[in-house]
Amino acid sequence: MIAKGKNICWENYQKEIADDHFYFARSCIRQNFFPASETFFLKILKDILHKDIFDDPNQTTCTGIAYHSGIVPMETTMTVVARQFALMNEAGYGNFVCSCVTSFGIYSEMVETWKHFPELEKKTRKMLKESTGKDFVIPKNLVHTSDIIYKFRKEISEKAKYRLVNKLTGQPLKIVDHIGCHYAKIFPEKGIGGAEYPYVLAGMIDDWGGAQVDYPERRHCCGFGFRQYLVQSNRGYSVSNSKRKLDSMKPYNPDAIITNCPGCNFFLDRWQYVISEMEGTTYAQNNYGIPVLTYEELAGLVLGYAPWELGLQLHQVAVEPLLDKIGIGYDAKEKYKGANGENIGEPISASVLKNN
Amino acid sequence: MTKDSLLKKLSEDIRYQEGLTACINCGTCTAICPAAQFYDYDPRMVADTLQHKDEAELEALLKGDTIWMCGECLSCKTRCPRSNVPGYLIQALRALSIETGFFAESEKGRQQLAIKRTVGEHILQYGYCVHIDEVNTQMYPEQGPVWDWLKLNRETILKKLGANYNENGAGTLRKTSDESMNDLRNIFRVTGAIERFDKIEKYSEKKASELGIQFSEGKDNDYFRYVYSNEKPEEQ
Repeated sequence: MIAKGKNICWENYQKEIADDHFYFARSCIRQNFFPASETFFLKILKDILHKDIFDDPNQTTCTGIAYHSGIVPMETTMTVVARQFALMNEAGYGNFVCSCVTSFGIYSEMVETWKHFPELEKKTRKMLKESTGKDFVIPKNLVHTSDIIYKFRKEISEKAKYRLVNKLTGQPLKIVDHIGCHYAKIFPEKGIGGAEYPYVLAGMIDDWGGAQVDYPERRHCCGFGFRQYLVQSNRGYSVSNSKRKLDSMKPYNPDAIITNCPGCNFFLDRWQYVISEMEGTTYAQNNYGIPVLTYEELAGLVLGYAPWELGLQLHQVAVEPLLDKIGIGYDAKEKYKGANGENIGEPISASVLKNN
Repeated sequence: MTKDSLLKKLSEDIRYQEGLTACINCGTCTAICPAAQFYDYDPRMVADTLQHKDEAELEALLKGDTIWMCGECLSCKTRCPRSNVPGYLIQALRALSIETGFFAESEKGRQQLAIKRTVGEHILQYGYCVHIDEVNTQMYPEQGPVWDWLKLNRETILKKLGANYNENGAGTLRKTSDESMNDLRNIFRVTGAIERFDKIEKYSEKKASELGIQFSEGKDNDYFRYVYSNEKPEEQ
């Protein structure tokens, strides 16, 4: 009954997500640390869902990391956002989709600011014209990439090769969802399910056969904290907050974590490695950690794409235990090969955490 | 800037206008705050201090470590029963602290130079806040052995993963076009980002001189290491 009631609450927090014709904006972090994720997002939209999405070579950062670490004025971020919208207009699109939760917060914040302070929209137009000669129209629809995967999760499920089910026991795999603060904490009405019951990733887990893990620190920050990670001497903040989440979820024995935000994916993966080096402990049995996947990687896996094409070898926490549970076949020898199958060596082993 | 203009200057920032209504000191923001769980930091006190509208208290905030402890997760925005946003107040305070040069008076404030010389300069060089060529396990050891392996073999691994590394056109990790870079640099000039960068550099150089720490461009100097990893020159 409780779960049923929560589902009703979630249904009350839906948002408009366009059906087709998207302008795609890349993420600073995702393309560096999980470089296949955006490629597979585009591939899934084009090849599986047959949607039109434009990957513009002229786009840039939204400056979100610089803005939230205090090194650029709000006017700079507003104008860069305005340029991205101008590029979208020039390409003939009206639906803007960004591949980063921080960016989603930034784009939403700037559009909201212009609504409440029209003089700032006017000022932004003037600054954009002066610096680039461009003008812009605010998007008809502004969403995060995961919103689109969520919208088409049932279609993905119908085409899936695998379910998030333990092939030996037949039980649903226990999947932790991590939404990322700026998806719905700044503007709860702009996130599916709001800030209280965000359903954007939980919906994928439910429809792809897994079971959600409801643990005490489910809504806690991953610990990025912008300047709290960017400056080396502040990183205790970052690892401590990740540890708080990981300690809280551990008793529920999750089979995997999926994340919405590229930064969160990085921190929940890499801080497990650091904690294992610092304390000699891991978050799963036999010196394995809890695999941390982007939603594109998870969608790619259930659709049957090969793990090493999806870039899962670039995670510090090994994904093999998850692949084995689902029953996804893989060639262990191919994991660390180059583009032409050439031998390029392997990462050195961590002290405790297993590589594969 | 005269002392009594600090409050006026702060009140011009829309993040101050949007972030402070009337704080009832309930402490909900502090209860939910990841920074408060790690640092001796209390967002409730930041909001309360500002509503005193006291110039001396404001100046102390601008010169101290406190305003640099927030992680800007904005969990406080969701929870405040009176629609205050301590995270927005922090953004306005940080901007004013840089504007006045007060950031250089605190250990955490001085770290802004490290962020300007990494994230800030990456944007103007690559078009993105982060770039694989600039991330190594000396500066970012938590990246782990898998990153060393990727860095060493990045041409072939990124090709395998469908990226367009350092090439023209669209795609993951492509080279940002000259035209886009020109637009970005012009925007930074017109909107005050370059001016802010220059202020961070100017006040940092002055502080380095006061502290007797060697200061030069880039990351290979004593002052950068001091603000980035808190290494004192005698330890370097």
